[in-house]
Amino acid sequence: MSNLVEVNNLNIRFTGERTVHAVNNLSLTLGEGEVLGLLGESGSGKSVTLRALMRLLPKKRTQISGTVRVLGRDVLALDDDALSAFRGQTVSMIFQEPALALDPVYTIGRQIAETVMRHEGKSQHDATARALEMLEVVRIPSAKRRLDAYPHEMSGGMRQRAMIALALACKPKILLADEPTTALDATVQIQILLLLRELQREFGMSVIFVTHDIGVAIEICDRVAVMYAGQIIEQGSLREIVRTPLHPYAKGLLASTVHGAKRGARLETIPGTPPSLDQAPSACSFAPRCAFAQPRCTAALPPDVQVGPNRSARCILVDPATAGA
Amino acid sequence: MSEIIEPIDKLEPIEDIGGVAQPLLRVDGLTKHFPVRGAWFGAAKTVRAVDDVSFSIAKGETVGIVGESGCGKSTTARLLMHLMPRNAGDIIYDGRQVGRELSLRELRRGMQMVFQDSYASLNPRLTIEESIAFGPKVHGMADAASRHLARELLGKVGLRPENFANRYPHEISGGQRQRVNIARALALSPRLVILDEAVSALDKSVEAQVLNLLVDLKREFGLTYLFISHDLNVVRYISDRVLVMYLGEVVELGPVDSVWDQPAHPYTQALLAAMPSSDPDNRTQVPPISGDPPNPIDPPAGCRFHTRCPFAEPLCGGATPKLTELDGLGHQAACYMAIPGSGHSRAPAARDLHSEAPALS
Amino acid sequence: MSAITELALQAAPAGPARGYWATVGRRVVRDKVSIACAVILLAIFLSALLAPWLGLADPYHGSMIRRLKPIGTTNYPLGTDELGRDMLARLIYGGRLSLLIGILPVILAFMIGTSLGLIAGYVGGKVNTAIMRTIDVFYAFPSVLLAIAISGALGAGITNSIVSLTVVFMPQITRVAESVTTGVRNMDFVEAARASGADAFTIMRVHMLGNVLGPIFVYATGLISVSMILAAGLSFLGLGTKPPEPEWGLMLNTLRTAIYVNPWVAALPGAMIFAVSICFNLLSDGMRSAMDIRN
Ligand SMILES: Nc1ncnc2c1ncn2[C@@H]1O[C@H](COP(=O)(O)OP(=O)(O)O)[C@@H](O)[C@H]1O
Ligand SMILES: Nc1ncnc2c1ncn2[C@@H]1O[C@H](COP(=O)(O)OP(=O)(O)O)[C@@H](O)[C@H]1O
Ligand code: SF4
Ligand code: SF4
Ligand SMILES: [Mg+2]
Ligand SMILES: [Mg+2]
Repeated sequence: MSNLVEVNNLNIRFTGERTVHAVNNLSLTLGEGEVLGLLGESGSGKSVTLRALMRLLPKKRTQISGTVRVLGRDVLALDDDALSAFRGQTVSMIFQEPALALDPVYTIGRQIAETVMRHEGKSQHDATARALEMLEVVRIPSAKRRLDAYPHEMSGGMRQRAMIALALACKPKILLADEPTTALDATVQIQILLLLRELQREFGMSVIFVTHDIGVAIEICDRVAVMYAGQIIEQGSLREIVRTPLHPYAKGLLASTVHGAKRGARLETIPGTPPSLDQAPSACSFAPRCAFAQPRCTAALPPDVQVGPNRSARCILVDPATAGA
Repeated sequence: MSEIIEPIDKLEPIEDIGGVAQPLLRVDGLTKHFPVRGAWFGAAKTVRAVDDVSFSIAKGETVGIVGESGCGKSTTARLLMHLMPRNAGDIIYDGRQVGRELSLRELRRGMQMVFQDSYASLNPRLTIEESIAFGPKVHGMADAASRHLARELLGKVGLRPENFANRYPHEISGGQRQRVNIARALALSPRLVILDEAVSALDKSVEAQVLNLLVDLKREFGLTYLFISHDLNVVRYISDRVLVMYLGEVVELGPVDSVWDQPAHPYTQALLAAMPSSDPDNRTQVPPISGDPPNPIDPPAGCRFHTRCPFAEPLCGGATPKLTELDGLGHQAACYMAIPGSGHSRAPAARDLHSEAPALS
Repeated sequence: MSAITELALQAAPAGPARGYWATVGRRVVRDKVSIACAVILLAIFLSALLAPWLGLADPYHGSMIRRLKPIGTTNYPLGTDELGRDMLARLIYGGRLSLLIGILPVILAFMIGTSLGLIAGYVGGKVNTAIMRTIDVFYAFPSVLLAIAISGALGAGITNSIVSLTVVFMPQITRVAESVTTGVRNMDFVEAARASGADAFTIMRVHMLGNVLGPIFVYATGLISVSMILAAGLSFLGLGTKPPEPEWGLMLNTLRTAIYVNPWVAALPGAMIFAVSICFNLLSDGMRSAMDIRN
């Protein structure tokens, strides 16, 4: 079995003051040693998908259907004990804001050591040694001294490195990254991206990397799934998505970049705004903004057309015969 | 809505005094230091947020400012808007010294600002129409006329007034809010608009929409922009000239194309190289710069970049390199490698000093 | 003419336009706990206000032979007190004074504290330091001790009790008002208003007040419970109301001798204080969470 993660027909709905169909009919797979990018604009359901893989969604207000299998185990059925072993040891996560993952009242060294002690039953001494090793792995300068630093005493980039060290301390098979570089300066972002790329190879991890920035995806992903309104509307290898996007939304998203645009020339844009998610989609969610929309598009949910191995798009215009190349 | 035929009441832009040859804004030696309390009984320290910054903006031009976070971009913007006192420096608007020939109140009509956080920059208790109409009312426009103007401007920024005028900020999307903020800035008919990371928080496709809008508005209203951003792609797209700031100082400035094509300062080179690649077959292999941007509290002496510069030599830690003209076309850099005869091993020979144009002041 | 003709005008947001307070109101109304508390408080208020017209027994008229009747006695649904006065009447009439001396100090402290806090927060600098350091002096004492000390110094009586409680709550509200004001003052929309050339007074009126009053009001509502208890405490100690005035704190005091004889009746004034306090607290919590809307 080569797929570490298999998500099938995942639907996530938040109930409460307002109903939000945050994820709809989402299926994806993650192979051994692969970096999958989830690319989409804010509100498209990237974070919710990622959290579902770790079962981090609020229990009371969330309705989940579908299957999520990680290393062959049904994540949605794990009990609390299995879940806490699963988090951190099998799968761990890094966030945009290290403040969410790091506890402000403990030193970095102590937090990493505790995690190692809890998951691997190591002694305090061994765990502290591992913490030091991890800080060196993520290239925090004068790592020994930083063991005793509190999160607020570090700069943004250093905190992000510390969070990566914490996430990787127990050598998880899978790393989930939720826009870990979005809040950073470009100069620091590229350092963190290169670090993650290197650690991924070194540890043989698989990574799901959420981002809204196609440039970031290009630097780190092997494969990309483009999300819109809670659905994956297109997926394929990084090159395929970047060079020959098929879905009109993916095309629009890639065309609207300012990179390389001539000064003052009009930028390509996608008119309109994303749909509200208060109803489950029964038609193409992109139809109100799509220049190619036809009556067929709104009659039923367009099928996810397979265009090749690991390449598909959810649009009626996509023809499996001609598009596969 | 369209039966109203009477012309929209507008505030007249403040008068153009010096003609096109006179820069709309001249900034000379702008400096802002924030005192910060040291640790217990520690010596008081100083954040040199903006240190001796000089530049000018021609009429109709778009000038970009780039640099890592904390380098003083927003502080510069706030100083220009006179939202905080400065330690030193002259701000001259269209040849008139603010506070002397030009009153603060007039300056506020001539210069407006759009902030990064579209939500925080709108009063949550006011409707969009009220927010936009506030400025004109402050400047003496009647209530009805100012609301009328607000609706007109909503249309200009691409929001149907009948749908949006009575909305509250929490009811609309981030991109729509930023359009409202732009309309609010335009309500006083300014000639200069400062955009401080105005598109940074937006999604890429929305960013493109707002950038198009900014280009259109500039043409329609004859605006001049000071465009602050950390996104170099956006700055290249929108700006005519650019300033690169590092730890409160301008380290390079010039026409966008010369700065992008021949960056002279190692920091500018690093910034450009740090942009993510756009080609899957040509990914970045080595980080162009290591470490985080240092803190501007008591910055290093000499060239402030010398702690991160791969070409640093002993003289770089001594005196501060001055901004020096490189090509006679307004491209300047503050690096000993670009200053002929500076003593840096990579500097051009000193004879260039006589043949090239002297540095502008 | 228009620069944006080619750009599709932006779609309208869904749903009718709603103001901030309308949204908050809707959210409060949806909260069952808040509504229940509001109903209970309203009932207590109205009955106190309308007491003379409710056909109750005379709250001052006692009888030695009807002392300490238990709850449920005919004609005395809530029994009688140690002087044979009707408990129901005394509890309802007692609400008039108890609510007055419990709530009025908070209202007064709200007005003074908000003004001081607004000035300190908006003007900042030396003015802020002067106001806030003075406030800190009051803050150094525990509120119970401060209330007793001031009341003791001024002498017993309703007015003095109200004054002393106002002094107790004023610094707390000033502090909250100052920190809320400082927070709002640093928001970009206030900067934008300054950038448009508005003067301080206009900014205060248009941009600050509406954003600052809500949170302070919520905080003050939460203080009412403390104030009710302190006011009752002062009366209990003989520093507030004087007998035979019906007032919950005082009633609690005079009935305490009956605690072994008729504990249920003796506990009634306490139950009223408790109910009102809890309701104000829950209502304050409900408003706090309803006001927290961002998108
Ligand atoms: N806990 C929650 N309760 C209700 N709605 C939520 C919750 N978390 C996310 N959502 C909604 O789900 C949608 C997808 O959100 P998210 O996955 O965070 O988007 P993004 O792609 O930006 O990460 C959004 O509309 C968001 O408002
Ligand atoms: N009010 C202030 N008090 C103290 N330091 C400040 C204040 N405002 C900004 N600074 C400091 O000044 C420096 C420049 O800040 P800023 O102009 O906001 O940078 P940028 O906009 O380039 O990210 C930062 O180090 C920041 O911490
Ligand atoms: S299915 Fe139709 S509306 Fe949807 S993206 Fe394809 S062409 Fe456009
Ligand atoms: S002056 Fe020296 S340290 Fe500074 S940028 Fe130039 S070479 Fe580097
Ligand atoms: Mg997200
Ligand atoms: Mg800034």
